[in-house]
Amino acid sequence: MRQSNTYILIFTAAMTVVVGGLLSLASQALAPAQKKSIELDTKSAILASVMDLESLNLEGDQVLALYDKRIESLVVNIEGKPVETNEKGEPIVAENVDILKNYKKDPEERLYPVFKYMSEDSQGEVTAYILPVYGAGLWNSIWGYVALDNGFKEIVGVSYGHAAETPGLGARIATPEIQDRYRGKEIFDESGNLVSVTMLKGEGNANLGPHEVDGMSGATLTGRGVNDMLENYFSYYKAYMEKIAGGGSMASASM
Amino acid sequence: MSTETVEKENQEVLQAPSEDLLSKRRKRLITDPLNEDNPITVQVLGICSALAITVQMEPTLIMSIAVVFVIVFANLIISLLRNLIPNRVRIIVQLAVIATLVTLVSEVLKAYSYEMYKILGAFVGLIITNCIVMGRLEAFAMGNKPYDSLLDGLGSGFGYAWIILVVAFFRELFGSASIFGFDVFAMAGINNFPTNGLMVDSIGAFMVLGILIWVQRSKTGYVEH
Repeated sequence: MRQSNTYILIFTAAMTVVVGGLLSLASQALAPAQKKSIELDTKSAILASVMDLESLNLEGDQVLALYDKRIESLVVNIEGKPVETNEKGEPIVAENVDILKNYKKDPEERLYPVFKYMSEDSQGEVTAYILPVYGAGLWNSIWGYVALDNGFKEIVGVSYGHAAETPGLGARIATPEIQDRYRGKEIFDESGNLVSVTMLKGEGNANLGPHEVDGMSGATLTGRGVNDMLENYFSYYKAYMEKIAGGGSMASASM
Repeated sequence: MSTETVEKENQEVLQAPSEDLLSKRRKRLITDPLNEDNPITVQVLGICSALAITVQMEPTLIMSIAVVFVIVFANLIISLLRNLIPNRVRIIVQLAVIATLVTLVSEVLKAYSYEMYKILGAFVGLIITNCIVMGRLEAFAMGNKPYDSLLDGLGSGFGYAWIILVVAFFRELFGSASIFGFDVFAMAGINNFPTNGLMVDSIGAFMVLGILIWVQRSKTGYVEH
């Protein structure tokens, strides 16, 4: 009886129904909590580029409230023009734009989210523009958020993440120690040309210029990945930056 | 009050012929896999995950909890169903039970510990292919009673857990100079402790594991034939 084909069929069918039902139930029940975790993860990373989120020691809900209060977002295309709806006419939310999926498209076709860090007095004044960046490290993807001041002159702060850089070497890009080095660095030169910010080879370099950041010893290739990532994305956002800074010339904006 | 005690005593008398809840044999179900029959160091199973997730202590701990959970419940469920499972599809049934439990763990992690989900995501899914889990189902749960199977699951789960935690301890200590993310050397006043790049690589795990196996076998006298 236990070995008959009918029994096997009934047993496996029943098992499939039970297992399938159980998993879909769990998936349904956990979906809201998962969505919130992902949202919190994204929003914390965005906020971390302009403030020291870790030492503030906020609860998840407080982070979300802070985000709602201080961040306004929009999506632009490569020409710097705002994009509000997708091909189907549905509204695009900057927080939901998948940077990885966009990274796989041609730069001209990508969506570029911009997160505006508003001043505390809620006068509608932008303190910093936070731009998501994405690229390839030594082993796997690296990504992050770069915050620029409202004239797009200086870097206010960065927060980087990585999938699989070497712990203790390339993985240091995710630590405040490395990220603090970017603060105050300039991405345009005096005549308004985009030069980005470059992480040098080796650690302990003296006399760093306004476009240079001290390197990570033993992680030159990760550093190179970060450099490419920044340079690429600054160039993608260049049209938008010039539009906001006014007049098309970054020189006038940076003076 | 007094009637209750009397009842209790009666029950004990009734149960006396059956085996103790933690009889010597049952204790061995738990203690054997911890040392003499350890799934990693003696049976040399589950090595892949022991290499992949032991760079730091915290993800290793989460992974240990996940594996213990999966192995205990898979053992229990399969043992409860052992007289119903058709012999010809038993491996598929075992796989379905393991996969369901693993998916549950992964979904719960994603909902409540997203940081850990990001680190462990792929490896939690790979518990499905962890030979220890399936090995216990096939070798033990299919032929033993639920309670014994539960104990066996606990034993094998903890046998796996303590080994990978020890490996992770040394790898994080020498590879990242920290324990659970705390800079222990800086706290002890030793600055600039030179971290060893080998330890954060899989090679480091092999070395620590090799030394562990050596120490253990020289103590238990276990020899492979």
